[in-house]
Amino acid sequence: MSSFLPPSERIWWNTPIGKEEVLWIGIALVWCLIMFFMMPYWHIYGKQNLSNEAYQTTAPAFQAKVDEMVAQYKVGEEAGIPIVKPPVGSDVYMLGRLWQWYPILELEKNQSYRLHLSSMDWNHGFSLQPVNINLQIMPGYEMVLTVTPDTAGDFTVVCNEYCGIGHHLMLGKIYVKE
Amino acid sequence: MAQFRVCPDSGFYFDKSAESLMKANAVAGAVFLLIAGILGLGVILTRWQEVHLLPADLFYQVLTGHGINALIFWIIFFEMAILYFASSTLLRCRLAAPRWAWLGFALMLIGALTNNIAVLQGNSSVMMTSYAPMQAAPHFYLGLILFAVGALIGCFVFLGTLVIAHADKTYEGSIPLVTFGALTACIIAIFTIASGAIILIPTFLWSVGYIGHIDAAMYRVIWWGMGHSSQQINVAAHVSIWYLLVGVLFGARPMSEKVSRMAFLLYILFLQLASAHHLLADPGLSAEWKVFNTSYAMYLAVLASMIHGLTVPGSMEVAQRAKGFTKGMFEWLRKAPWGNPVFSGFFFSLVIFGFLGGITGVVMGTEQINLIIHNTIYVPAHFHATVAVGTTLAFMALTYLLIPVLFRREVFLPWMARWQPYVFSAGMTLMILFMLGAGTLGVSRRHWDMDFTGAALAFEYPGTAYTMMAVAGIGGVLAVLGGAMYLIVTVGSLLFGKKLEASAGLFQGFGVPLAPSVYNVEQPERLPMAQPLAHSQHGSSTMEAPGTFALALALLVVFVVYYFINWDTLAAVWPLS
Repeated sequence: MSSFLPPSERIWWNTPIGKEEVLWIGIALVWCLIMFFMMPYWHIYGKQNLSNEAYQTTAPAFQAKVDEMVAQYKVGEEAGIPIVKPPVGSDVYMLGRLWQWYPILELEKNQSYRLHLSSMDWNHGFSLQPVNINLQIMPGYEMVLTVTPDTAGDFTVVCNEYCGIGHHLMLGKIYVKE
Repeated sequence: MAQFRVCPDSGFYFDKSAESLMKANAVAGAVFLLIAGILGLGVILTRWQEVHLLPADLFYQVLTGHGINALIFWIIFFEMAILYFASSTLLRCRLAAPRWAWLGFALMLIGALTNNIAVLQGNSSVMMTSYAPMQAAPHFYLGLILFAVGALIGCFVFLGTLVIAHADKTYEGSIPLVTFGALTACIIAIFTIASGAIILIPTFLWSVGYIGHIDAAMYRVIWWGMGHSSQQINVAAHVSIWYLLVGVLFGARPMSEKVSRMAFLLYILFLQLASAHHLLADPGLSAEWKVFNTSYAMYLAVLASMIHGLTVPGSMEVAQRAKGFTKGMFEWLRKAPWGNPVFSGFFFSLVIFGFLGGITGVVMGTEQINLIIHNTIYVPAHFHATVAVGTTLAFMALTYLLIPVLFRREVFLPWMARWQPYVFSAGMTLMILFMLGAGTLGVSRRHWDMDFTGAALAFEYPGTAYTMMAVAGIGGVLAVLGGAMYLIVTVGSLLFGKKLEASAGLFQGFGVPLAPSVYNVEQPERLPMAQPLAHSQHGSSTMEAPGTFALALALLVVFVVYYFINWDTLAAVWPLS
């Protein structure tokens, strides 16, 4: 009844609290705090964290860095897209544009690379499959993260941020060699 | 001049102008739900890869319309009706400034139509989020702005009515809990609309060429200040409706007014931070910012929802036990009116919101776990559990109450109404569970073709992903069927339902007031305070609601296990730093 009547106590603050409510609030609060501290804990002890490193950039500036890397380390071509094998530990670049991830990267297993990602036009989604790592890629921002592929094989970058009519055509590749 | 009528069945007093506005807003909401449902069928039949109904351009157009009509227009129209009900009807007060309220309604209607026309014309297939620099036609944004202005007027009419009720002393003591919850929703709505204005007005000016550049990152930060907060209006609104429905169905009183109201206050204080959930995989935001904001300041708003999750069914259990359903832990639940769609709709809304919507929301809103979920089809699975079941089904359950009380009609095809919450919930649950599964296999949201036909490079998802999307498709079709049943019952009731009031003609169903003779109360008696409990059981050593407490613990166990399973999955992906 009284969920839609004024409370029987004029000052609702004075209503008593039931036993299970106190218990439940206590349990739930502890669980909430555990969940909260899991995130900083993982920053210290976990291996999968997004870096804080990002720069404002422009499409031409980022494109120039990509082109420079392609010119220096190109080892082949697939479907008209260059395959690039940059040195271990170096800065590697991948750009998203309508509707392509460029270029194809060839990395070595268990080696770390500084991966730079940006978009030339609209928002894109970097969705690495089948590993299932998903990042938001934006025009004007260069995201930098250190990535250490610990499985060898052929990996695909699906675009998973809607980017217009050719969205489903937008695939990229990362090859990881033993 | 008499302007109130009393509903002989429920005892609620309806102010003439508030009543018309509630009807008009509820009917408008149902129309947009119809549009959203038809478009939703197109979406799910395309995502079901073996059917793959629509071509790419039409799919993205339909998906844009589905999201906006379901998440914004249907829900907010209905919420306007709820605001007027929770202020004018529950407080027995005349509505403040009804002409302004009609103006707000007109703006919302014009805005919703303008936006739909923009999407229909085909050059605004930008999804509900319309991430700049992808650009829609100017009237796409203009429609949303007009709609928001209309909704803002409705919020102020609600606040004005509270002020009048307080000044005229139409009630004793403090406002009821349901009105308190609606006030929470209203405050969050004002914050939401302010965020919307800050981002949509510049975006509109950009679309007509007055502004040269909209920063992609800034757009996402502020847009989600509107986008996520608007879903928090829904949470506050449908939790209020849960309290209303257990009150109406069982005569339940809140276990503790203090606990329930504090939980609503936590919503106001912390829900707005949730914008961060959408930005966890974005560049340019620090980990500290993400951790604090995504957790709503240490999960205090999640705590609030967990509290409501106990106190809503708990108050029902206490009321049922007082009626003698005391056998074992769950007689109170077994003997509930499962054939009454008001109850079954409410209860499925509560359970699916908590178990599916709540848990998945917290998991994917965890900063690092988001890396394995961001933009996969797991995300729409989550918000279908929260909004399409939690909010929408609660509103459907409320509708079955309102058909006789507000519209003065008998429910049309009661057998269909009885089954509707079951069909809708079963379909949605099936769709949600299998979309969650497909999401963990990496299937993208907002994606036309998981075969990538015609792409220069090739990729194949595992076969299980296809199976899961097919089962999700079957669930989706079933859910659309459940939605259609709701609309058949509601529209049928307005057109063909037996009149409970001699003067309840067809057009009275859509906003025209009933015959003047029905409004024979000048000012209802002051709304009395609830009777104090004869003897307080509080402080005794036994629990009042042991069954609910056991259910809450079950939720917690599922929550904890599922949460750590996801950390374990995350630990298996490539190291990143």
